[in-house]
Amino acid sequence: MSELAIELKGIDKSFGLVHANRDINLKVRKGTIHGIIGENGAGKSTLMSILYGFYQADRGTIEIDGRKVDIRDPNAAIAAGIGMVHQHFMLVENFTVLENVMLGAEESQILNAGITKARAELKRLEKEYALEVDPDAVIEELPVGLQQRVEILKALYRKADILILDEPTGVLTPAEADHLFRILGQLKAEGKTVILITHKLREIMAITDAVSVMRRGEMVATRVTKETSVEELAELMVGRRVLLRVEKGEAKPADIKLSVKNLTVRDSRGVTMVDDVSFDIRAGEIVGIAGVAGNGQSELMEAISGIRRAASGSVTLAGRPVDVTGHADPAELRKRGLAHVPEDRHHVGLVLPFEESENAILGYHDDPKYRNGFLLDIDAIRADAEEKIAAYDIRPPNARLKTANFSGGNQQKIVLAREMERDPQVLIIGQPTRGVDVGAIEFIHKRIIGMRDQGKAVLLVSVELDEIRALSDRILVMFAGRVVGERTPDASEGELGLLMAGVEGRKEAAE
Amino acid sequence: MSVPYAKLPGWAEYGLIPLVNLAVAFLISGLVVLIVGESPLEAAYHMVNGAFGRGEYIGFTLYYTTTFIFTGLAVAVAFHCGLFNIGGEGQAYVGGIGVALACLAFDRTLPWYLVFPIAIVGASLFGALWALIPGWLQAKRGSHIVITTIMFNFIAASLMNYLLNRVFKPLGSMSLETRTFDAGGQLPKLDWLMSIFGLSVGSAPFNISFLLALVAAFGVWVLIWRTKLGYEMRTMGHSPAAARYAGIKEARIIVVTMMISGGLAGMMALNPIMGEQFRMQLDFVQGAGFVGIAVALMGRSHPAGIIPAALLFGMLYQGGAEIAFEMPSISRDMIVIIQGLVILFAGALEHMFRPAITRLVLGLTPATRATVTKGA
Repeated sequence: MSELAIELKGIDKSFGLVHANRDINLKVRKGTIHGIIGENGAGKSTLMSILYGFYQADRGTIEIDGRKVDIRDPNAAIAAGIGMVHQHFMLVENFTVLENVMLGAEESQILNAGITKARAELKRLEKEYALEVDPDAVIEELPVGLQQRVEILKALYRKADILILDEPTGVLTPAEADHLFRILGQLKAEGKTVILITHKLREIMAITDAVSVMRRGEMVATRVTKETSVEELAELMVGRRVLLRVEKGEAKPADIKLSVKNLTVRDSRGVTMVDDVSFDIRAGEIVGIAGVAGNGQSELMEAISGIRRAASGSVTLAGRPVDVTGHADPAELRKRGLAHVPEDRHHVGLVLPFEESENAILGYHDDPKYRNGFLLDIDAIRADAEEKIAAYDIRPPNARLKTANFSGGNQQKIVLAREMERDPQVLIIGQPTRGVDVGAIEFIHKRIIGMRDQGKAVLLVSVELDEIRALSDRILVMFAGRVVGERTPDASEGELGLLMAGVEGRKEAAE
Repeated sequence: MSVPYAKLPGWAEYGLIPLVNLAVAFLISGLVVLIVGESPLEAAYHMVNGAFGRGEYIGFTLYYTTTFIFTGLAVAVAFHCGLFNIGGEGQAYVGGIGVALACLAFDRTLPWYLVFPIAIVGASLFGALWALIPGWLQAKRGSHIVITTIMFNFIAASLMNYLLNRVFKPLGSMSLETRTFDAGGQLPKLDWLMSIFGLSVGSAPFNISFLLALVAAFGVWVLIWRTKLGYEMRTMGHSPAAARYAGIKEARIIVVTMMISGGLAGMMALNPIMGEQFRMQLDFVQGAGFVGIAVALMGRSHPAGIIPAALLFGMLYQGGAEIAFEMPSISRDMIVIIQGLVILFAGALEHMFRPAITRLVLGLTPATRATVTKGA
């Protein structure tokens, strides 16, 4: 019977009227990996921020190792032996690994002694936990997986016994994620306690000992991982039964609707982001682009939809060329039947301070049916929005509500309704379910399949490999701006993972 | 992760919060008056009486209000597009050229109601052209509009100095101004409007350009919320990335917005030139372009807010002059302090009392609770 590393009693926290945490009780046993899952907005991050001292709870107590502690700020959390690895790394990009690890723990004004000590300590930690990383490497030159390792080292260097990881695998390839899990296993073996926040049920099942489920600010259940199932956890998260598998029939590909040839895109610094990419998409098929975020997928979508100018190459939309290297105009492409659900709905796909109805016409606001002579026809716009709200079950059903006040899933539905209801020939869709609750994911996936079955050509980009595999008829893997392989959806995850990491791809390109 | 503000009902958002801010500004102004050794109550009396005590005073207050509506609208229009146009001062000044040219050309041959439209076109055209250059530089070269418009204020001042000296000044005259316009270059006063309320406008230069200001305010509302151009401007203002995604031509919208903004600022020149002095003088704008920034901030860039905000500043100007006149130890600079405090509390510290008011209001009316969904 192991003792408790953390015990939270009756934690309660409100922000204004938002009750983020309600009377949360949580027990985490020492030397275990404890998962916390929940939909976006369930209060996971708030709870961990309270534990790490970013926020103070309105009520409730925190006990570490059976002692009641008052965690007023992150320094107090560190003193209590808590370390945190944030979703977005808190590293100084142009410092070395050693400098980053030392930062804030220098111990004296003159750094020499501290450096020697830190170097020795890093060596020891590396050996003990298999956390190899060159102490003199500069952070910005390290791959994401290693940067994350530096974050873990930072916490261990500060003598953390309890490590909180917030969505650690979002930026990792499957191989990197596996490596991380091995490290976590090693930490556990050394008696450390790990709290893993995630929304990926598979990860929970793979490495945790126990799992707690949060829903709408409440802790709804804690289970021993071995005694639960993905289905049960999903149901606990959403509060109802969820269909995890996407039902889909055979694809019936027809003629080519979108053809990309030798497309190369550079960013503003002149770095090649998309490198000589070619592919075709036919009517009635979904082509998925798998890849770790930042490997050129965003730039590819932007170039095709006319938002970003391509350096070279050509794109043909429904048989007619698109001037991607010159004056491709997103508005013009829309009229030609290209719909685009952008990856970043908060800043690109929607204008959050707008009324829902105003966002329902974004990009299509030139349409004469929204015009009444010189003026916008507000009645027509609202009526149109209300139709879409009904068809896509957008909640709350209020076309005049500020878009920022809708949940992530409903915001995404606003974008989808706008782009899909235009009956496009080609649909480009990026991260369709990022930040979307499980319930809405089901709905969105069905709609995407529905578009395919209506004979649309769909280009799907997602960093969620499961999503790509579930929806796509063909999968292209992008790595470092290149398409490094094409696979069918029944390709194993390991195979795709290697491609995403650029391992297989290099071999293939060399052959 | 930011702490979300709960949504307040409209009356609290647009009524209570500005009033509390204003009250605090006046309270601190009162303290300043007290420190100077005068009675704040007396000052308050002179302020209100000086602004509204008689038909003539009201006429002056509304005269200033007219000016501030134009410059406030100018700032607000640019603001909706995410542009901070600090150059209203210079645009209004240069807009004066349009008014002066129209009046000098036609004041002896045409009646005012024909000269007025020409002057309106002239004022907005010159103001728009003066804003076009910074707008173009922003759109095509990325030169920051705040910097360029400030610099253009100085260029405008020098240009006008030159023009008044070398071009507009009649031969043999000592003062830097155009000749006085004849009847065709003089706008009628709004005595009839005042007499409806049983008031007399007296010597106040309250003229027909006030009605033009109200029309302009309505026009701005239509533009921003009811036209495609306004929709595109607002999209740009909130999110340039969304605007690009929607296929909105960024450069075009910036230039057009700045021209509309400059045109509105330019129309301000009608009020002092055709409505009061009947000639164009050196420095006739007198800081109204800058007051426009405060008016737009207080009025939340909405015409329905800009009109009362302009009235408030009109009152501060007129009532303040009265305080300075009646209470010798309080100089005109005192009024600048009060205006500064109003700007400080209404603009910069806008959110200072919000959390407290939110708790109070929502505690009182639990029925209106509307929660803001928060990302975790």
